Amino acid sequence: MKILTEHIDVPNIETIDVFMKHGGYQAVTKALKNMSPDEVTEEVKKSGLRGRGGAGFPVGMKWSFLAKPEGVPRYLVCNADESEPGTFKDHYLMAKSPHTLIEGMIVSSFALGANTSYIYVRGELMYVIHILEKAIQEAYDKGFLGKNILGSGYDLDLYVQPGGGAYICGEETALLESLEGKRGNPRNKPPFPAVKGLWQCPTVVNNVESISATSWIVNNGGDAYAAIGEGRSTGTKLISVSGHVKKPGVYEIPLGITVEDFIFSEEWCGGIRDGHKLKAVIAGGSSVPILPAELILTTANGEKRRMTYESLSDGGFATGTMLGSGGFIVMDETTCIVHNTLTFASFYHHESCGQCSPCREGTGWMDKVLHRIESGEGRKEDVDLLVDVAKKIEGNTICPLGDAASWPVAAAIRHFRDEFEWHIEHPELATKPGAVYMRPGASWSN
Amino acid sequence: MKVTIDNITIEVEAGTTIMQAARKIGPEVAPPAMCYYEPLKSSGGKCRACLVKVTAGSEKDPRPMPKLVPACITQVQDGMIVENAINEQVIETRKGVVEFLLLNHPLDCPVCDQAGECHLQDFSFEHGVASTRTVEERNTFEETDLGPHIKLNKNRCILCYRCVYTADQITDGRVHGVMHRGDHAEISTYIEQAVDNDFSGNMIDVCPVGALTDKTYRFKSRVWFSKPVDAHCSCDKCSGNVILWYRGDEVIRVTSRKNEWGESLEFICNTCRFDRKKTSDWTIEGPSKISRNSVISANKYGANLIRPAFPIQHAAQNFKQIEDDRDRSFLNIPTSLPAAEK
Repeated sequence: MKILTEHIDVPNIETIDVFMKHGGYQAVTKALKNMSPDEVTEEVKKSGLRGRGGAGFPVGMKWSFLAKPEGVPRYLVCNADESEPGTFKDHYLMAKSPHTLIEGMIVSSFALGANTSYIYVRGELMYVIHILEKAIQEAYDKGFLGKNILGSGYDLDLYVQPGGGAYICGEETALLESLEGKRGNPRNKPPFPAVKGLWQCPTVVNNVESISATSWIVNNGGDAYAAIGEGRSTGTKLISVSGHVKKPGVYEIPLGITVEDFIFSEEWCGGIRDGHKLKAVIAGGSSVPILPAELILTTANGEKRRMTYESLSDGGFATGTMLGSGGFIVMDETTCIVHNTLTFASFYHHESCGQCSPCREGTGWMDKVLHRIESGEGRKEDVDLLVDVAKKIEGNTICPLGDAASWPVAAAIRHFRDEFEWHIEHPELATKPGAVYMRPGASWSN
Repeated sequence: MKVTIDNITIEVEAGTTIMQAARKIGPEVAPPAMCYYEPLKSSGGKCRACLVKVTAGSEKDPRPMPKLVPACITQVQDGMIVENAINEQVIETRKGVVEFLLLNHPLDCPVCDQAGECHLQDFSFEHGVASTRTVEERNTFEETDLGPHIKLNKNRCILCYRCVYTADQITDGRVHGVMHRGDHAEISTYIEQAVDNDFSGNMIDVCPVGALTDKTYRFKSRVWFSKPVDAHCSCDKCSGNVILWYRGDEVIRVTSRKNEWGESLEFICNTCRFDRKKTSDWTIEGPSKISRNSVISANKYGANLIRPAFPIQHAAQNFKQIEDDRDRSFLNIPTSLPAAEK
């Protein structure tokens, strides 16, 4: 079942004529001519669509929190600042089929009563910005954007704003600051963007994938969307797979398939590359906890783990992880977890905005300590030190970047402590190029 | 609205923050603040020194808040119960914040101009641990000048953003700000521009550490060797209410007056601060009120003087009969007197 990527391989789908030939912009016609904004919101609520940016907050509920004071403009902002290591689904979708997002933007803006909407794209994706701007111009020319769209009396202007290339601007309030032309520092919350967002006006910030899904929901009804998936994880999800699988790439999966199927079946990733074994998986982008092979395939109580929000987080952080933004990173037994953790720690060190002290100083500290361990200068107490530093960052920062920085470190030590200790106790072995610790008796070592 | 902080209940108005309510009760329950500065709008929330535990959100919804919340920007609800100094988690977290703030901050208080009136020094003394767990090298920056009056030492900066807000809200144009990200973020001017306007000197007063210092005062004296005196003048730019810092008969520094939380309530102009350094420029009001615990009060105004009543009382209580050696000395023994006098 494909919703977002159904026609993605059709030649020239990025042009509006081809896109409309394949059913494009029907949702705009349907919503603006036959439905009220509240009816659209109601359908989205019924669909059970959850935010695809990482947190998984129900989209319909987010929309219903939007304050609607008289005489104050409201804004819809699309978060296309996808910068999480391992996640590249929005990039793929926008580059291949920009009109899917634009159609979703029109429908969602109509539901929220926003007359100006923005797509905030990370600065590195300049070619995607050109694609989007061309597509927006086409939509203006066809009368899907601008004044009095399709004679419905509804006006909408859509702008694309390039970011400066900072990871932190993917955090919604930092994104709004950046959109206002300021330094991208996250704001203190409350007030939340639904009350005081862009230019202190009520604002909804949604991920590219969430917004893109709304047009299908308008066309086919919320119930049809809710029929796909499992439990509270409805619909389909784009998963961007990287790492040691045979077929890395972006896949649209119905939520609810098993992780084992996803990694090993020919339909999806096609299994681990020849001659190697699965060691660990990061299921939802670099910030979610890493899980070793046995825990990613089955939960702690022996059930098969499935690709849903609930199943992946089964067991909490002790034995579970999160679906996150769908950046699925697969590692085989040649991967050194210490090195991998250092890479992530360096990333968060580089990307911390520096506003609040635990994150600013803590990310740098963890990076330096991990760098020492990796280069064979670790001390015995360093492992516990890392756990403690991660604990002191987590939950004590303004925005979730602090959590995102501390979770991968804490989880790597939780599940691969022996590997860190091996680095510290045997620096002469660990610093050899390509040296990887093999845990005796583990499923990936032999 | 009723709010309970560390088991003390107080009545406050709606819209009060936990910090303001706690300060109303007193310094024993007031959380420390490194970035929050009440006179500056939208300051706070950054240093995380004031994180407190809310064990009951409000009367209506008495669930505890899942995370620690910053007291300086969290508004109280009716019936809210807050734990500050009595909560183990808060104390542990605060230790962590001290550790984070000192991670890249040089521990050279003996040569730092701010020592004695440094908020970070007080904060780490009260809430930190005596040992360090880091072996990493500290990030260092070059010392720079911010205009003709202010010296900037970025190594000591804890990025509280107070000077940024001061420049935004007090002066007529901000030309400096925070550049770069993370622990390599630094306070800097826009393309080496000089900070030069009539109220720029207040950035020195709001700086909690020794990052921004007064070039006319730097290294002239330790703060505890100078005597603070309240004074005023009729100034057409500012209120003219200041503190003069005397060393001997010489005014070595002029600063704004601060309340008991170390916050300037009246900002002063650069003319008062940098140019009026003669006693004849001022009308003296009397000695400034300085906390007894502060090192600045050492040896001044009787703060550390032993009261005369005390030694007398002490001597009276500890009186012991002592043997008088002279009774046995040969001088007092008649037989030992020289024979000639007999």
